Parts: sequence; C-alpha cells; structure tokens
Amino acid sequence: MGTALFTVFATVACGAALAVVLSQNVVRMAFYLVISLGSTAGLFFLLNADFVGATQLLIYVGGTVVLLVFGVMLTASGPFLTIKSSPGDLVQAGVVGGLFLGLVAFTVLQVDWEANAVKLERRYGATSLERPGYNQHGEGHTTRSLGAALLGARFDKDLGRHREQPSTGYLLPFEIVSIHLLVVLIGAAYLARAKRRVSPSRDA
Amino acid sequence: MMPLLAAETISGYLSKEWELPEVWALVAAAVVHVALLGAFFGLPALVGIWAERKVAGRIQDRLGPTRVGGRFGWLQSVADGLKLIQKEDLWPTAADAMLFRVAPYIVVISSFSAFLFLPFSDTWVAISLDVGLFLALAILSLEVLGIILAGYSSGSKWSLFGGMREAAQMVSYEVPLGITAVIPVMIAGSMNLNEIGSMQSGWFWNWFVFRDPFTLLAFFVFFTVTLASNKRAPFDLAEAESELVGGFHTEYSGMRWSFFFLAEYASMYFVSALAVLLFLGGWWTGLPFIDDFFRTSDSVAMQYLGRVLGFAVLMIKASKLVFLQIWIRWSLPRLRIDQVMTTCLKYLVPISCFLFLGATAWSLFLPGRVLMGTQPGLGGRVADAALVELNESSGSEAAFVAPDAVDVAASSLTFSSKGGE
Repeated sequence: MGTALFTVFATVACGAALAVVLSQNVVRMAFYLVISLGSTAGLFFLLNADFVGATQLLIYVGGTVVLLVFGVMLTASGPFLTIKSSPGDLVQAGVVGGLFLGLVAFTVLQVDWEANAVKLERRYGATSLERPGYNQHGEGHTTRSLGAALLGARFDKDLGRHREQPSTGYLLPFEIVSIHLLVVLIGAAYLARAKRRVSPSRDA
Repeated sequence: MMPLLAAETISGYLSKEWELPEVWALVAAAVVHVALLGAFFGLPALVGIWAERKVAGRIQDRLGPTRVGGRFGWLQSVADGLKLIQKEDLWPTAADAMLFRVAPYIVVISSFSAFLFLPFSDTWVAISLDVGLFLALAILSLEVLGIILAGYSSGSKWSLFGGMREAAQMVSYEVPLGITAVIPVMIAGSMNLNEIGSMQSGWFWNWFVFRDPFTLLAFFVFFTVTLASNKRAPFDLAEAESELVGGFHTEYSGMRWSFFFLAEYASMYFVSALAVLLFLGGWWTGLPFIDDFFRTSDSVAMQYLGRVLGFAVLMIKASKLVFLQIWIRWSLPRLRIDQVMTTCLKYLVPISCFLFLGATAWSLFLPGRVLMGTQPGLGGRVADAALVELNESSGSEAAFVAPDAVDVAASSLTFSSKGGE
C-alpha cells in the first residue's frame, strides 16, 4: 500500500517537475509547480511527517505559488505570458541541473541505508505507527516534539532518562529566523511605502 | 449491530468483523469515508443555496422560491443542479483551455479535502491528526489558487480583475485568520480538532468563546475573517456582480460554474463548523447533564446516541452561523477593494495580534481562571493522562523535569513511551 502510494506521488511529483521545466507559459508552470509540490507534501505524509507535509502545503503551495501567480498577473503585459529560452540558456541550465543531479545521486548512493536503519532502530526503537498517546485517535506525533524543540526542550531525547544537562533545542535558531523575517517584513514595507511628494509650491 | 457502533475505526471494524485483509479494509474504509464526506460536502450546498434564495427573498420582502417540491420551494437546489448539468460545457477562444477547465476542480477538491479533518462529533472524524487544524487551513487556502487560475485563464478582463482581487484579499486575510485560529489552539494545547472540541465539555461557559474577554472578541474577528476568506459579502469583491459582471466566474457556465458555488457553500459550512469547534463548544450541548447522561452510560447504543446528538448539535450550531453569513450578505453593502484591504491590514491584523497577546497574558497571569464560570483547568484532562502515562513509562526513575511539569507533560505525552532503553 505504502509503496504503491509512494510510486504514485513520486511519479506525479517528477512528471509535474518536468512539465514545469518544459512548459513555456508562466501560469501553467505555476500550476504544474502546485502539482509537484503537492505530491511532495503527499510523500511527507507517507513518511508520517505530517507537520512538514502541512507546512509544505501551506507555505509552498498556498503561499509561494499564489504570490507567484499574483505577481505574474500584476506584471504581465500580454494576455498569456510565455517564456522562450535561448539555446545558450538551455545548455547552461542543463549543465547546472545535471551537475546538481549528479551530486545528489552520488550522495544518495554513498549512504549505507541498511546499516543506518539498524543504527536508527537501536537509537530510537523500531518505528511503529501505533505509538501510544493521550488520544488513541491522535496520529502524527511530530507536532508536539517540533514545537517543544523549537522552544528549547527535547522531549524526544530527554524524557524519562537521566541527564545532567538537558539536550539543546533550537530556540536560538528559531529566534534568529524570526528576527530575520521581521527585518524582511519591515524592509518590504519600507520599500513599498507610498512615496509622499514634497511640493512646497502647492499652496502658492 | 453492536460491534459496528462500538468500533473505533471503520477499517478496524471491517478487518475484525468481516475478516478482510488489512489493506482492503483500509481501502473499503476510505470508500466509506469518502462517500459519507461527499454527502456532507453536497448537503450544505443543497440546503445553503435554497436557504440563500429564501432568506434573500424574505429580507427583500419577497417570497423566494415557492413552487419546486410542493411547498417552500425546498427542491429548488435540485432543480438548479439538474439545469446546470444539462448546460453546454464551453470555454472562450481567448481562454487558456487547460487551466480554464482544471481550475474548478482545484477549488472543489481543496474545499472537499478540508472536510477530511473536521470532526462531526466526538471521535467522528475521517482523519484525526495532531496537525488537523493547521492542515485544514492549509488545504482550504488552496481554494484561492483555483479561483486565481480561473480568473487568469479566462482571458477576460472582468475575470482577471476578480482573480487579482481574490488573490490580494486572501493573501491579506490569511494573516488574521491564522492568528485568531491560534488562540484556541494555544488554550487547548493541541491542534487536533477533536481534542480542541472535547476540551469544551461541561457547561456552556467552558466554551472557549466565554473563556476570557480576548477569546470573546477573537471569535468575532475569526467570523469576520472567514466571511472574507469565503468571499462572502461584504467581502465578495472577487465576484462583485455590480461592477465585474461575475468576477472570476464570468466566463464559466454549466457544471464548471456550479463547482465554484458547490465549493463556496461547502466552505461556508466548513468554516462555520470550524468556528463552532474552536470557539462555540463543538458538539457539546453546553448542558452537562444531557451530555453526561449519554457519555457515562454503560450501554454502547446510548453512547452512540450521544454522538448522534453531538452531530446534530454541531450541525445546528454551524447552520446558525451559515444563516448569519447569509443574513449579513443581504443586509450589508459591498465594501470597496481599498476598504477591504484597510479593514484587514489596518484593523483586523493589529486587533488579532492584540487579542492573541491578551489571551496569552490571561493564560499566564490568571491561569485556570475563566471569564464566566469557575471551573478551572480546561487542559486538565490532557495533563492527567500525561502524568499517568509518564508514571507508567518511567516508573520510579527520575524523569526530565522542566520548570512547569504539568504543562510539559501535557505537551510531551507522545514521547514518554520511549523512555528507558
């Protein structure tokens, strides 16, 4: 079941990603991007990473692509904006993309997955879908640990164990990212502000 | 019959009682879920469209539909649907045909998928997730994409204007929507809608809306924002019949056109049910003697009956909010687009931020205190369960103790099972 669903989602994600590259109409590209990113969210759900999947849907599909289409609609001069790339661009993009693909493929092939699985199982216990929780219907146990880890508490490492020093969470990176986003927001508001014209001769 | 009523999940029932293989039980359960949800998806549209016409008629001193179905025109929506199915499916030559045809499906699918996470009564939910609310809002926000694509691909200036307005409106209104939805999440300590709902049991002053002054206001902000996110009047700028012909759906006809409205009425019901779950006590009647009579009963059938009652209560509460939406649509004039943006960015966003801070401060400085009632500890159930589980898993071994042990326990239950290698 899981494998069949994985095949479906992975095929759709890759096919739509190819369509993004091969399509020439910007809005169609955005549409294929939605499909590709949505399928990636499906892959996250298959891995029981429900929070990451939901975030993928909210931020990438719901946020970024909507903004992208919005930008195209605001800026397009013709009715349907198309992009034609020159052969030089194609070669350049192909080389960069191919190199990146090679890098990723090399990395993935270098990993000894079997040994890793054994190591992970020894460390965290067998991955089971049926972990007990406060709510027997509540599935997907990533949200609480993520939230706690972002606030600096690592229940997944510390709970029920003796430790002199609690494990470190991600409070500082979280704060840095928050401040960074705030700066970006203020900057955007500053750049996009309505420019007041100073016209001293108006009343004269 | 009894095993069916007592079953935790449909797939569990199928694999145990019918001895189906687990995979097929899952598939069969999925089909059952989808069929049930499909009914709930269609029903609000069926009733809502009739109600919209009837209420509009009454408010404008008319009768509304009177003939179809004998009395009150109660079959009007079915007649409309039959008419729409028969209409020709056409698209303009200027349109981007592929996107034009696919846009209504995006709208309908996202609106339908949001129902997957909606509990209709205690534990009656298709998919119960810890990220339920987050995911429901994320999927609901995809609806906008379909509308923008519809507006863009129609190749018509009216549609384009409608789509752009919708995009601008939605990108802005998601901010206060998210912030006001976080307030009940913060109080409940969970994003699982079933959990949020079940925490509001007891007397009606346990409902989150009556918890403190901030949540009371937050409910009204949330309701206003959901009006805008469903592009209901006075925020229906995307359609704006008086200036944009039909807005984003100007070029649509037949079934594709009706898909937009199917999705709109289903979303109206969905956000109303969401507001009920987050603020208005979910499926609880607000009178504990009624709820407890069913809940504490030994008979499985009685407990089941209690859930049916909860379902009815949720439906009634949500329908009242839907009625309120219709009432507002036919009472208030449409805002201008700049007024819509001002309302959101200059008023609703700051107000919702303030309410969020206020609700946080209330929890911090007046813990366990509610506005009207005296019953403390809405999260007590979760915390108790957590402590029991902690004690079981770690035994006498000293566990990691954070400053506020109860809160930490409440938020960390799911990890306790891993203690001790």
